[in-house]
Amino acid sequence: MRGLWRGAQVAVVFGLLGWALAFQPAGVECVAPANPGGGWDFTCRTVGKLLYDLGIVPRPVKVTNMPGGGGGVAFAHVVTKRKGDANLLVAASPATTLRLAQGKYGGFSGDDVRWLAALGADFGVIAVRPDAPWKTLEALIADLRKDPSAIAFGGGSAVGGQDHMKVLLLAKAAGLDPRKIKYVPFSGGGEALTSLLGGFVQVFPGDASETIEQYKAGKVRILAVLSEARLPALPEVPTAKELGYDAVWAVWRGFYMPPGVPDDAYAFWVEAMKKVEASPEWAKIRAGRGLAPFFKGGAAFEAFVKKQVEDFRELSRSLGLIK
Amino acid sequence: MDVWHQLAGGFAVALLPLNLALAFAGAFLGTLIGALPGIGPVNGVAILIPIAYALKLPPESALILLAGVYYGAEYGGRISSILLNVPGDAGAVITTLDGYPMAQRGRAGEALALSALSSFIGGTLSVIGLTLFAPALAGWAIRFGPAEYFALMVFAFTTLASLAGKDPVKALISSVFGLMLATVGLDPGSGLPRFTFGELKLYDGIDFLVVAIGLFAISEVLVLMEQSFLGSARQMRVTSTRVSLMVFLSTLWTILRGSVIGFFIGVLPGAGASIASAVAYTTEKRLVDREGTFGQGDPRGVAAPEAANNAAAGGAMVPMLTLGVPGSGTTAVLLGALMMFNVTPGPMIFQQRPEVVWGLIASMYIGNLMLLVLNLPLVGVFARILTVPRWFLIPAIVTLSFVGVYAVNNSAFDLLFMTGIGVWGYLMRKFGFPLAPMILGLVLGHLMEVNLRRALAISGGDVGFLFQSPISLALWLLSALSLFLPFLVVRFGRGRA
Repeated sequence: MRGLWRGAQVAVVFGLLGWALAFQPAGVECVAPANPGGGWDFTCRTVGKLLYDLGIVPRPVKVTNMPGGGGGVAFAHVVTKRKGDANLLVAASPATTLRLAQGKYGGFSGDDVRWLAALGADFGVIAVRPDAPWKTLEALIADLRKDPSAIAFGGGSAVGGQDHMKVLLLAKAAGLDPRKIKYVPFSGGGEALTSLLGGFVQVFPGDASETIEQYKAGKVRILAVLSEARLPALPEVPTAKELGYDAVWAVWRGFYMPPGVPDDAYAFWVEAMKKVEASPEWAKIRAGRGLAPFFKGGAAFEAFVKKQVEDFRELSRSLGLIK
Repeated sequence: MDVWHQLAGGFAVALLPLNLALAFAGAFLGTLIGALPGIGPVNGVAILIPIAYALKLPPESALILLAGVYYGAEYGGRISSILLNVPGDAGAVITTLDGYPMAQRGRAGEALALSALSSFIGGTLSVIGLTLFAPALAGWAIRFGPAEYFALMVFAFTTLASLAGKDPVKALISSVFGLMLATVGLDPGSGLPRFTFGELKLYDGIDFLVVAIGLFAISEVLVLMEQSFLGSARQMRVTSTRVSLMVFLSTLWTILRGSVIGFFIGVLPGAGASIASAVAYTTEKRLVDREGTFGQGDPRGVAAPEAANNAAAGGAMVPMLTLGVPGSGTTAVLLGALMMFNVTPGPMIFQQRPEVVWGLIASMYIGNLMLLVLNLPLVGVFARILTVPRWFLIPAIVTLSFVGVYAVNNSAFDLLFMTGIGVWGYLMRKFGFPLAPMILGLVLGHLMEVNLRRALAISGGDVGFLFQSPISLALWLLSALSLFLPFLVVRFGRGRA
């Protein structure tokens, strides 16, 4: 009897101790490394809101916009000034990993932060005008083979950025010389799409989410999606992969955390992201934004990001974008 | 016919008490947000999105609130431009050129009242344009490709010559300063950094607002301090807080022209309120400034940019609603907000969600009227800021400028940069260089460069591509006229004499 009582006391003490020691989020901040309106801002604002709505964090998440250097300013800030801050999330996407791979974040590398999770993904598409001569991806590639200079690709990122990489990846998969492809950079997918509609460029290597409305309205034709499997929102559009071109471009939406975040806090946030990802609210927002389900968290995500940075570096080097 | 029917449906939505209250709240908050330098419509809308979300508003109500903030901010930006020479937001930079001189001459109240009226007319005309021609205009915006944008920028540059004033060489040098600043950042063609000296904060280029506030506000503070030290300071007077019918009528054509120019430029994705107000101002100076009073407190120099920047806000809604393509930074944020509410703007929205589109359009009529009613009585209150003693006013301007600039990018680097630009601006003023061409060089330079390079990338380096479409040819013709007409007029005039 006495032993039992003693055991109960020990259990209570340890229970309280465990409760006190377990990570409790407080004053959570989400940094969007760009101005309001873009994908990173969206990631912070929606996931931040869901963390609060689902009762995972006690107070609304504060969103800070920290634009500059294509995310480089935020990255440098987090690595150098916010070490060990367990209440800081930073929005990320392949734009982050691509720039890390190309050495565009100063001296920083992908190993400098803790990669948390990705909660959804957009996928690349190859779109043309409905009156374009190409009904299939094969036809477009056949014409590119004949005369690459006659077809202009207009994308929403700079040379070496995501939309350009999609084109180069596709060209490489089709055995074309990527350096002969004509790419015109616009400031944002919207501007590039307008140029496609106006007939100034012939092909738009955009993302599914930004193209789907125009597609439904019959203003563009999507020749292929750059995903592993067909997208639920575009079941009739083939993937480049099934057409024999191994080009996949997943625009995942996720987060990293500062270096030196304690493991219990990191584990808490991985669990939190799992909860958000599994919630019906997120499913609704994800669908509204044209994103497909895509989840990787914790160690699996760390490994995924490191491999992606390596792959991007290899690709950029083979395309002559970096030395 | 159908349009009126749809619009009536829109008014039925917009006149619901909740939506009326939201339009008022949006317009009021927008005026405040616009009045604070740095915090422009983009930040204002972004700040309110989570609030609209938390209130669980239906999409049309949320949009009415957010759009109210947007055009309210275009109203509010003028206040500090006129009173303090501190542009409240990017679209209000040009308003300082004649607004502040008017205030210095004791006509601050008049300038505020007139600008409120021209804002109202510009805003309302652009909503009418949006109502009647949105789908047709969407087709027009699409026809603007890189070559056409380049020609448009060339045209804007030729009108810049009209800002030259007495010393054209100094104006040219000033615009070259702006062009030089425009080259800083990641090279749009190759993605490689230019003139960034390894500083990541310079990778995205130099923010227009940081330069504008430094150049106008900080240099103004330095000038005020100099006057205080030299004892040559004069307390500003405020005479009338009303605009006389005579003055209003004399600016009426200016307001109408400014509205039309602003609306069309606003429709073009990529060109926003700042370019609209600049083109409206320089065009107006070309057309009506016979006595050379522009830049010295001419009411028409206040009316033109204010009509234009409000009209541009309405115009920017056209590509956003009909194409799903934002026409300005703020509409990009609005677009994101709409998507969070599961409303996807684009070619289908007019059919799929008429209550959202037409509710918004109807609320813009009401909101503009509310802004006018709200702003006119406040003119006297605002104008009294000028009677604040200098020992209080100068630190207040500095504080406002620093807070505002910090709000743009949350970056202390920008504060240093702004201070440097302010000292630079002070020196320019001392040596008689006009400031406005530098600002325009910075705004236009970037767009001019990226579009030229895009055009040449498409054509494979063939310059002839720049002169192919009817739109670009028309713009080239306008540019030539704008450059050579003044000379021809002079010669013709002499010949007759």
